[in-house]
Amino acid sequence: MEYVLLALILIPLGVCPLFMLIPSRYPQLSRYLAALAGGALFALSLLVFIVYQFDAGAGLGTGLRYELQWDWLENIGFLGENGITFYLGVDGIGAPLVLLNGVAIFAAVFVSWNITHRTKDFFVLLFLLVSGVYGVFISQDLFFFFFWYEVAVLPMYLLIAVWGASSQFGTFSRTKEYGAMKLTLMLVGGSVLIFIGIFALFVEAGAGTFDMVVLREQALDEDFQKWVFPLFMVGFGVLAGMWPLHTWSPDGHVAAPTGVSMLHAGVLMKLGAFGILRVGMTLLPEGAEFWAPVLMVLGVTGAVYGSVSALAQTDLKYMVGYSSVSHMGFVLMGLASMTQIGVNGAVLQMFAHGVMTALMFTNVGAIYDQAHVRDMTQFGGIAKRMPRHSAFFAIAGLSSLGLPGLAGFVAEFHIFVGVFRAGYWWAGGLGILSAAITATYVLRMLSRAYFGPLNEKWADLKEMRLGEQFAAVLLIAMILFMGLWPAPFIDRISDTVEMIPGITG
Amino acid sequence: MTASLEWGLLAPEFLLAGWAAFIILIELFWGGLGKERLGWLAALGAVAAGGLSLIWVDDATQFGELADINDYTTLFRVFFCGIGATICVLSARYVSDRLLHPGEYYALILLAVVGANGMAAAHELLTAYISLELLSFSLYVLTAYAKFDLRSNEAGLKYMLLGAFSSAFFLYGIGLIYGATGSTQYAEIGEVLSGDTSDIEWGMYLGLAMMIGGLGFKVAAVPFHMYTPDAYEGAPIPITALISSLSKAAGFAFFLKLFAVAFLPLIDDWRYFIAGLSVATMAVGNLVAIQQRNIKRLLAYSSIGQVGYLLLGIAALSQDAASALVLHMIGYAVTNLAAFTCVILYYNWTGKEEIEEYKGLADRAPYLALGLTIALFSLAGMPLFAGFTTKFILFQAAAEQDLLWLAGVAAFFSFVSLYYYLIVIREMYLGEPEEKTRFPTPWLGYTALTALIAGVFLMGLYPKPVFDIVEDGTNTIFVSEELDGGEDLVGVP
Repeated sequence: MEYVLLALILIPLGVCPLFMLIPSRYPQLSRYLAALAGGALFALSLLVFIVYQFDAGAGLGTGLRYELQWDWLENIGFLGENGITFYLGVDGIGAPLVLLNGVAIFAAVFVSWNITHRTKDFFVLLFLLVSGVYGVFISQDLFFFFFWYEVAVLPMYLLIAVWGASSQFGTFSRTKEYGAMKLTLMLVGGSVLIFIGIFALFVEAGAGTFDMVVLREQALDEDFQKWVFPLFMVGFGVLAGMWPLHTWSPDGHVAAPTGVSMLHAGVLMKLGAFGILRVGMTLLPEGAEFWAPVLMVLGVTGAVYGSVSALAQTDLKYMVGYSSVSHMGFVLMGLASMTQIGVNGAVLQMFAHGVMTALMFTNVGAIYDQAHVRDMTQFGGIAKRMPRHSAFFAIAGLSSLGLPGLAGFVAEFHIFVGVFRAGYWWAGGLGILSAAITATYVLRMLSRAYFGPLNEKWADLKEMRLGEQFAAVLLIAMILFMGLWPAPFIDRISDTVEMIPGITG
Repeated sequence: MTASLEWGLLAPEFLLAGWAAFIILIELFWGGLGKERLGWLAALGAVAAGGLSLIWVDDATQFGELADINDYTTLFRVFFCGIGATICVLSARYVSDRLLHPGEYYALILLAVVGANGMAAAHELLTAYISLELLSFSLYVLTAYAKFDLRSNEAGLKYMLLGAFSSAFFLYGIGLIYGATGSTQYAEIGEVLSGDTSDIEWGMYLGLAMMIGGLGFKVAAVPFHMYTPDAYEGAPIPITALISSLSKAAGFAFFLKLFAVAFLPLIDDWRYFIAGLSVATMAVGNLVAIQQRNIKRLLAYSSIGQVGYLLLGIAALSQDAASALVLHMIGYAVTNLAAFTCVILYYNWTGKEEIEEYKGLADRAPYLALGLTIALFSLAGMPLFAGFTTKFILFQAAAEQDLLWLAGVAAFFSFVSLYYYLIVIREMYLGEPEEKTRFPTPWLGYTALTALIAGVFLMGLYPKPVFDIVEDGTNTIFVSEELDGGEDLVGVP
């Protein structure tokens, strides 16, 4: 099984040179190869997720299973016996996120089927991004954790700037170069803080290793934890869309091509929250406890601010972009509650938000490809022409507003219980308010653009492509899976969350 | 110097110098060989010299009391010969298209390598100084080699005048240090300084400051960097590549050895001085680079920024930092040569070197654009490539020596650098090319590029083999200290 984990990183990296070998006059061949690789990744991710639960026993105290540890650099200079190791392993938090990434890339390949400009280059960069994301979710060595984290950011500039789209807003415009540069610089800027945090952590721990399993056993000085935790909180927080450092997210996601937005909002933003949990809270529990109220305030602010901003948008994609900020705010609230149920909820929300936002971007992309407009006020009654598309969008929206039976409800319910249990009654109240605002903008969008009388301007719209429908069905399957039968997720997650120091029952 | 000298120890340098003369004669008497093949022949000589120096792997002897022949020397001999050979290969087409007198051109490159080897090998200050001058004079001439190009002439003159000035400072520094310690040998200076330092005169510190200035000039540290952008812009492009890789690397080989063996006992006196230089160098290099519109000037400023990171290794001097510094330097040199390969190939096709003239390169020469993108991402310190791994190790080594703040500053400027590299990448991938035609494939150039890119990936993905070799090399400059009966300075915790 450990070699399945290795394959999750090596397959996407390995297909990159293969794409380059395909002559550019056969774009269809690149697409088939991408579908094949995406399918393989999805199958293997599902395998990891399923098998994880039935392989009890291993990973005492950490929940890690299928460990694979290879020497990479050791006994040199400041590096001791273990030094930097290529250390893979998956725990109960990683398992659902691995599945999320598998679903997202498989769906994204089909959504990206209509990329005609430099098709193979697009897939090279897309799979490079995916390998980085897998690497972060399953690396247990801090060096490689950061290594893959940066790999995931690396291709974003070109993906957005070459294949993206600029937006015009009458008085001003947001070009794709602007969105791409803003996103790249903000994310890499955040990683400067992580960089410093890692250096400080390594020196302070004095264990001569970047092995996170060893590092979490080091008793670090409390004052040290207090000043280093914010580095990780803010550094990873940028990628998690933490208010007020979220501004790259709407601009970047809107400028990006659909497939990239799906992966970026769906999976990449989770790396940020995952980093806060895996590096910040696990390695620096006392620092996390000290800063939890601040994280809670930022999370709540993001949740409310994001949903209010989404309410103000008429551009469909910006609306989805701001709703991501709002939902990631919930994730941060769950983490900041420092309770088992709240953190469970945060991880559930990462998964739930991942699939539903990917679904939303799929739908926005589908309508934009035909209409070349994303302004919801210009539409009306689209459901009569694109019934399936409308149904998919409605499901995504309902999950987003937390309708019971869909994924969003399960996650948000856990988070709010956790937040109240931790005594942040005001935060819980504001969070629920934010969920109510979400309901407002989602339902208003559906009523304006999709239902009601058909705007004759759009009489000749066609149903979305079959590939997009397939992607949407796949994502909806995940939403329903988690919404109707959350137990497999909760079992896996809570086993591991329990073992994180500093988490109260 | 009583024993007879073992001249054989300097065989690689004799080979290089002899080969330089041979190249000049070949050009004189066998003009039919062709200008391009002359370059390959010169590269062959450099490769042979590099191979020859492998005889002394794991050896530790001395040439008189002038030069050490040990793993440190061998490491740098191979490294410098490799740089020299690469530059010769890259020059072939450029020189045959654009320059006169190729024989002397290649001969001077080989002599520059001799000088660089001497700087790494030197056991005492005067040998190091003479080697440094040999390297510098070769570079002055080479910088001005484009005889009919005003920019090249200006660059050569500027480089030479400022270089001569800084050499004078350096020599004065040597004099003062000799006066204070009574020796020019690194190890003996180190011994004097590790003893009772209360009666050391201020002249010693003045000398030290002057030496730092001279070395700072050689490696282009701010504020001694003023010549760099003009010299880089004016010089023929392969020579720009040579200055930015060989000259800097040789400067640091010398810097590192001198400070590790001779001045380590005074580290508390100069550490923050060097740290300040490092910050200034990173700041100026990276911030001014943002303004540049010419690819050579951009790479010049970015190389100044890189010097800032390397100085961090000197400020944090310990064996860990030394190994990390050398590792980063090798990674930087390989990456930088890859970037320059792309610039040279593009110039060979078009004669253009403004950044905006790179627009649409990805359509006209996808492989070249990919190569340059990889090189630039590596310089910016992105993973999969050498830059990330070597920077990570170097900054961590600094953090280990209580210089976490400096590592943080370096990480910040490394982030700043990403911006201007992205601008070049943007032109290549987003700009519309003026013509759609593909460029012809330069097989030799692409082979060299592929080899360099492979090196960039190797150091990024699995640096252990290189790191082991580097560690063997730096062992010799730190362990010798212990053998001489000085304090145990290995791996200051």
